[in-house]
Amino acid sequence: MENYNVDENGYYGEFGGAFIPEMLYPNVEELRQNYLKIMAEPDFKAEFDKLLKDYVGRPSPLYFAKRLSKKYNTKIYLKREDLNHTGAHKINNTIGQILMAKRLGKHRIIAETGAGQHGVATATVCALMGLECIVYMGEIDIARQAPNVARMKMLGAKVVPALSGSRTLKDATNEAIRDWINNPVDTHYIIGSAIGPHPYPDMVTKFQAVISEEIKWQLKEQEGRENPDYVIACIGGGSNAAGTYYHYLHEKDVKIIAVEAAGLGVNSGESAATSVLGKEGIIHGCKTLLMQTNDGQITEPYSISAGLDYPGVGPMHAHLCKTGRAEFMAATDADAMNAGLDLCKLEGIIPAIETSHALAIFEHKTFKPDDVVVVSLSGRGDKDLNNYIDYFKI
Amino acid sequence: MNRIQTKLQDNKKLLSIYFTAGYPSINDTVSIIKDLETNGVDMIEIGLPFSDPLADGPTIQASSTQALKNGMTTELLFEQLKDIRASVNIPLIIMGYFNPMFQYGVEAFCKKCKEVGVDGLIIPDLPVDVYHKEYQAIFEKYGLINVFLITPQTSDERIKYIDSISNGFIYMVSSASTTGAQSGFGETQTKYFKRIGDMKLKNPQVIGFGISNNETFTQATTYAKGAIIGSAFVKHITNNGPKSIKNFVDKILNK
Repeated sequence: MENYNVDENGYYGEFGGAFIPEMLYPNVEELRQNYLKIMAEPDFKAEFDKLLKDYVGRPSPLYFAKRLSKKYNTKIYLKREDLNHTGAHKINNTIGQILMAKRLGKHRIIAETGAGQHGVATATVCALMGLECIVYMGEIDIARQAPNVARMKMLGAKVVPALSGSRTLKDATNEAIRDWINNPVDTHYIIGSAIGPHPYPDMVTKFQAVISEEIKWQLKEQEGRENPDYVIACIGGGSNAAGTYYHYLHEKDVKIIAVEAAGLGVNSGESAATSVLGKEGIIHGCKTLLMQTNDGQITEPYSISAGLDYPGVGPMHAHLCKTGRAEFMAATDADAMNAGLDLCKLEGIIPAIETSHALAIFEHKTFKPDDVVVVSLSGRGDKDLNNYIDYFKI
Repeated sequence: MNRIQTKLQDNKKLLSIYFTAGYPSINDTVSIIKDLETNGVDMIEIGLPFSDPLADGPTIQASSTQALKNGMTTELLFEQLKDIRASVNIPLIIMGYFNPMFQYGVEAFCKKCKEVGVDGLIIPDLPVDVYHKEYQAIFEKYGLINVFLITPQTSDERIKYIDSISNGFIYMVSSASTTGAQSGFGETQTKYFKRIGDMKLKNPQVIGFGISNNETFTQATTYAKGAIIGSAFVKHITNNGPKSIKNFVDKILNK
């Protein structure tokens, strides 16, 4: 059977690896040599689990969405990552990485953020641990995500605008990498998605894997079986998707669906559907599928959702796409916004716009009445209120 | 013998200059190369611009962004360089990130380099182990020298490994930083320069990052075979235009 996990060289099939400048080698190598060992230590696990329970509020509920299920004539469960502290799955990873950073003796934390969710989750754990926190954020994103910028500042983080390139997420990531090059000894870089040089995609996936670990026993309680027929998640870099799929990757009877942001339409020129528009290449230290010109210059994606407009996709997902293990679908801005509003009205849950992309596929794909479909409800929509207000003229 | 190897045997300290191809104007590439040679520069790194140059500081980032806006592409660079060997004799190295080369096709890229007379490559984000496993044979087929970086944090064991894979020079990054971030060398740097010197590597070392004037050039070449100037030169032509190269080089060499 095909292996969908990372191999010993840091690759998922042909994707992954660590394409980093020599200046980053000692840091990344230190992490590579230690991350599995540290994660396996009983006191690390105990501290991680305790914080997830008492601080994050895990386990997050697996909620049977009765009215949504009725509408689409199938059985839909929502994995409520939106109910986590700070409002999304991002905190699972930042808790894990801050504990990792402490064990590696680092006392300065840097992060990149697009919409600000990962920045907030990082600022939160830095406050919790009393560590210095610097968050890089594109100048354009700072302007359009003001509440999250304020949150990070209240939590004690320094928010540094990325002024280079297109001044959005990919440039914030570049700036964070540059910071790490300039501070090679005392700094840990908390990458927020399942991207970057090995071991980041695997480490982030393993911290997010708690999502599917819980789905297994929660579904067993409610449906009498651990495996659903489908697991579905939205995908930008792909951290919530990686965590949602992880324990099902090698369960053949579980179908995996990844939903990308089609923006104004996959072929409109304003899209973030990397699996369709991307080609193999190198971005932020890994080989994966990415959106680029014929000349290998990385292009700027578009989506109404700031969390999905990344020009690449995590290497694990590139492999899932290439091997056909996961079905990749795309939802437009309009699909997603309507699906989001629909969930508000049917279930009393306001989802993040990222998450709404995953919900949008029920309009495009028909499931059987007895199919058990688990959707990762990756984040809550409070941060997106202004977008919803503008879009629907509420 | 490759031009880089020949040049490294010269009984003098080498001055190497980096500039971004297609900057400040799209057609400045060739005239900058010629002017650098005429004014006594020993070796040139031609920067192939990239949208996401993550080892570079603001100066080289801005020049790359502008070069891309000007319309610079890999194909166009090779086109501009096609007759360069009719008039230029010093070693030419293309310095750029891996993705544009990967998209061009690594073998096709190497073949073109040989055709136009490029002698070597510096690719900061192509790690030495990947190079060794996947690409070294191709580089060697086309007689190209690949140059690797070491930093103050690189372990002795890894430096020895890099030395064993190299067949030109080792690019010694003066301090842990992106380009253009430092000015001047302190005790930490000189200690590091000495430490590497004492390792008696088979490849000579050329120091880069943090060199911007005669003082830092002299300091660096006390400990190494040569020195590379990038950001300071790009800044100079940004402020003074590409016709002011003599003035810059004279100052560095204290002529």
